[in-house]
Amino acid sequence: MNDLPDQLANGLALGALYGLIAIGYTMVYGIVQLINFAHGEIFMIGGFGALTAWLWLPAGTSLTLALPLMILLGVVCAVLVGVGAERFAYRPLRGGPRLSPLITAIGLSLALQQAIWAFYPDAKKARPFPQFEGGDFDLGFVSIAREDLFIYVAALVCMLTLGLFVSKTRTGRAMQATSQDPDTAKLMGVNTDRIIVMAFAIGAAFAAVAAIAQGFKTGEVQFRMGFIAGLKAFTAAVLGGIGNIYGAMVGGLVLGVGEAMAIAYIGNVPGMEQFGGGSWKDVWAFALLILVLLIRPQGILGERVTDRA
Amino acid sequence: MRHRSLFTISTTAVAVGALTLSACGSRDDSGGDSGGGDKTVVIGLDAPLSGDLSALGAGIKNSADLAVKVANKNNEVDGVKFKLESLDDQGQAGTGQQNATKLVGNQEVYGVVGPLNSHVGESMQKVLGNANLVQVSPANTAPQLTQGAKWQSGDKVRGFDSYFRTCATDDVQGPFAAQYLYNEKKFKKAYIIDDKKTYGAGLAGTFTTEFKKLGGKIVGTDHVNPDDRDFSAVATKVAKSGADFVYIGSEYPTAAPLSAQIKKAGATFPTVGGDALYSAEYIKLHKKKSEGDMATSVGAPLNTLDTAKEFMKNYKAQGYKLPYEAYGGYAYDSTWAIVQAVKAVAEEGDGLPDDVDEAREKIAKAVQSVKFSGVTGEVAFDKFGDTTNKQLSVYEVKGGDHKAVKTGTFGES
Repeated sequence: MNDLPDQLANGLALGALYGLIAIGYTMVYGIVQLINFAHGEIFMIGGFGALTAWLWLPAGTSLTLALPLMILLGVVCAVLVGVGAERFAYRPLRGGPRLSPLITAIGLSLALQQAIWAFYPDAKKARPFPQFEGGDFDLGFVSIAREDLFIYVAALVCMLTLGLFVSKTRTGRAMQATSQDPDTAKLMGVNTDRIIVMAFAIGAAFAAVAAIAQGFKTGEVQFRMGFIAGLKAFTAAVLGGIGNIYGAMVGGLVLGVGEAMAIAYIGNVPGMEQFGGGSWKDVWAFALLILVLLIRPQGILGERVTDRA
Repeated sequence: MRHRSLFTISTTAVAVGALTLSACGSRDDSGGDSGGGDKTVVIGLDAPLSGDLSALGAGIKNSADLAVKVANKNNEVDGVKFKLESLDDQGQAGTGQQNATKLVGNQEVYGVVGPLNSHVGESMQKVLGNANLVQVSPANTAPQLTQGAKWQSGDKVRGFDSYFRTCATDDVQGPFAAQYLYNEKKFKKAYIIDDKKTYGAGLAGTFTTEFKKLGGKIVGTDHVNPDDRDFSAVATKVAKSGADFVYIGSEYPTAAPLSAQIKKAGATFPTVGGDALYSAEYIKLHKKKSEGDMATSVGAPLNTLDTAKEFMKNYKAQGYKLPYEAYGGYAYDSTWAIVQAVKAVAEEGDGLPDDVDEAREKIAKAVQSVKFSGVTGEVAFDKFGDTTNKQLSVYEVKGGDHKAVKTGTFGES
């Protein structure tokens, strides 16, 4: 069991990444009750935006110097696509049957994926992503990889900012009001259209940061990366209680740590050898989801709401 | 009323029938002799031309294209013009099968080169086999494709008479790597990972069997999903296992990030894999940490053979955008085997038989007995459709490039 701290660190990094993406699902769902299946692709576009920034910079630029610019361009690309999707794909369907925006989301997801595949130079295969130089930070009992440190810091900063924003600012409170009752919020003078755009933009920005983190972690970005990441983040959002921003992060962390533990230790349980390892982790992740939903159908931090499904 | 509707239906039916027939007729016309009396023989090609494995796929396509151009330039077969029709399978079995159906339906196709992936090859075999359309794969290394599902127990049965391949199989590739690592590198402890695909799992299996037989110890095994890119938890396990090396039965899009993450987790030992890791893309995706990693590949390194030097020269002269990669030479030889078979049939019967099915069947039979010295060495096929050339090489990454460290013929230990 000597690798437990390392495996926990792996799980937390993975979980924080899921959580960052899950916030996009959960915010949009909390306000317009739409599951934005194109969110995984917005995440992917954030990654490609950051890669573009890196390629623009002269070769040999230090990654630490390049990082702010990469984050900036990644976030800008993702936010533009996210807000554009809201404006042109989802807003015209608002008030229509629930299924229409859902199917639009799936279509949009495919369209964005194929657009990158077709138009981004050399994106038909994985594109290498820059990597941090230097080894891990050894803290004695656990060693933390540099790219994992980036995820921890990014997730923490994003969560704190978002928490303060939602609870302290005027716009944040308008957001809560819209989420509780859009019609009444509108009557009280809240510009709900603007609030919805905000939700999409924040979700997209966080997804872009997550994409950069994943790029550092795996050393590549590719046009299909949004699919699995999106699926896992959606699972994390449901696990934590969809609609609750803290729930998204908690759900992500539970899922990430759960996966890491399943890979590391399930195989050591007598009689379970064949169920351990990397190929079974998704099975354990979804088993965990089912278990949590059986006990708490609304998710870990979700509130019981009768008219939402 | 009733009468009239019946009448309408029958007229429509007759009209449609006539149209279909005439459509068929016109296609047959274009399929026959056209232009200056030259018969067009289309060689179908199936490979992943997009997606993760497109680097290898493009190398196969370009090399087959080169073979077709050389055959036309030399007027290799009198009265026959060769043409290549390339289809993209994206590395997916379903798409490969659709492509096979499409090629069978095209009356001008007399042979198929490809695919790259063993699981795609598995899905194409039956479709092409039913039509007696010959298939020569440059890269399918899974043994069961020629020797049947029970090849491991020694019960070898050839499933399809129309299926051939120019590369050596995993039942020699895995053991060859095991012998090299155990006998020459003195590595005793292995960690084995595969991706559960036909190719990866097969390779890892044959490697494990031989390594254990030699006296090596397996300190751990794991399986990963080929579409995953985050392997941190698996990597930590491998890095702390105390192994001398990790053997990865997978292809470079999965293996490169996996191997990089294992090294990032603190491993100082090398990654070893099969021919699907022998690609420049592996090093590119893997950054500087790939130094010292090893990969086996079938055949001798191309730059040591005279026939290969001419291929490399011609390839360069054509100005293809992407390199020929690991399977270029095999793709050239696969295409050339079909060209030679067409030649044998045409010379025997004064031109190809007019009946497509008859011609296809004859060509498939003729491939069995072709023999020529190709890019990768002597090309000929044994009774299973496997190549008789069982040479293999081990490559090691040195200075950011794959360098051959050993070439030999596999022998039972």
